[in-house]
Amino acid sequence: MRITQGTFSHLPDLTAAEITAQIGYCLDNGWPLSVEFTDDPHPRNTYWEMWGLPMFDLADPAGVMLEVDACRTAHPDCYVKLNAYDARLGRQTTALSFIVQRPEPEPGFRLERHEGADRRITYTTTSYATDRPQGERYGPSPVAGKPR
Amino acid sequence: MSAGARPGFAMPGGAVAPEPEVTPDDDGAPPLLAPDAVVDLAAERSATGVDDVLAALDSELVGLAPVKARIAEIAALLLVDRTRARFGITTAPPNLHMCFTGGPGTGKTTVALRMAGLLHRMGYLRRGHLVTVTRDDLVGQYVGHTAPKTRDVLKRAMGGVLFIDEAYYLHKAENERDYGSESIEILLQVMENHRDDVVVILAGYAAEMDVFFRSNPGMSSRIAHHITFPAYTADELEQIADRMADQLGYVFAADARPVLRDYLERRMARPRFANARSVRNAVERARLRQARRLVDGTDQRVDRDALTTIEAADLLASRVFDPHPGSSEPGERGTAGGGGSGTMLV
Repeated sequence: MRITQGTFSHLPDLTAAEITAQIGYCLDNGWPLSVEFTDDPHPRNTYWEMWGLPMFDLADPAGVMLEVDACRTAHPDCYVKLNAYDARLGRQTTALSFIVQRPEPEPGFRLERHEGADRRITYTTTSYATDRPQGERYGPSPVAGKPR
Repeated sequence: MSAGARPGFAMPGGAVAPEPEVTPDDDGAPPLLAPDAVVDLAAERSATGVDDVLAALDSELVGLAPVKARIAEIAALLLVDRTRARFGITTAPPNLHMCFTGGPGTGKTTVALRMAGLLHRMGYLRRGHLVTVTRDDLVGQYVGHTAPKTRDVLKRAMGGVLFIDEAYYLHKAENERDYGSESIEILLQVMENHRDDVVVILAGYAAEMDVFFRSNPGMSSRIAHHITFPAYTADELEQIADRMADQLGYVFAADARPVLRDYLERRMARPRFANARSVRNAVERARLRQARRLVDGTDQRVDRDALTTIEAADLLASRVFDPHPGSSEPGERGTAGGGGSGTMLV
């Protein structure tokens, strides 16, 4: 299941040129950008790992792309997203946030139903990927040759 | 759904800044020219506005003939490359990393700033800003501190010019565990792989830069343009003094001219002469003396001419005209001596 979230969730994955153009738009607005990654893509997981600090004082998209590529290389099996912060309102406001890398097999989510008192049903979603420990959730299966 | 009709994204109370124009940079490149087409280079030149930059360089900077010649060459190369690209002749982007060597105050930083503007006009740099750094900004203090620091500076300079002042400090030959070499390695890597993202300009005094390049041959070979800034002649220094005074709203009196010339010649012969920077200091000091002369003068009524004219006396009071160094200007010397002993006591 292809996970979508953030600003361009309705679009197909952005190409490098499109990502560069979006970064350029952010920098023109004076928004610093930051790179984050995770292997727990639950929609309620807002705390992704930070790839370095937010990048202030940059003038050109090439500097941000350098970090995006570094993060992709270091974590090829993780989701990577870019956030742009707008400090205009005096607080950290996410102006733009979009996924720039997704792992190849995306197993998706399981819907769990819990029956409580009076046969009331509560629902929760669990990523199939999070059944495995952190760091082994995506990428090649630990048991060689065994399809997942 | 139109962008205007999204209540969830509206900012309260008119705090919304006007959205800047987005210029898509991949909107259809102009079609290639036919092989037999003819392009007017003069029209191309005026379209880029590069002539304005070159003319400003020529008129605003005194002397520096070899520097101006090299900059004109670079501008011509970029223009020809652009025109070649219109015919579909693709070439790798030229190597534009530079090294400016020359004495103090010969205009290295000023030219670097102009260079950033020029390369931006020619479409070689996307932003055309200048990031000036020294060893402190690149080299860290402990293990693992240098690489992120250097990378940070490089990221800030992307799209513009990274100007490394006193670059020879990066390498300290006497200390092989110095972190400077780590910084140089990262610089070399970026200079090679991100040639079209950032232009690195090293600056320093000729002798020290020679030593620096001898111990870092990789750096020397990756820099295509080694530009030497000649020292100014007395004539050029006089012109510079004129312009500096003019910018501050002063003129030299007619009888001050020969004195100014004499002053510059004496100053050039003295140790630690720093070309244009010394001239700037001389003008500043003449300004101080002129103010003092006006305030302490017997006639307290001044007119516009008196306020803007630097007289010969303002220059003659300088220490360089003192035949017996060490006997006059007790105030200035006294202050310097007091400061010296003060630091020793502390």
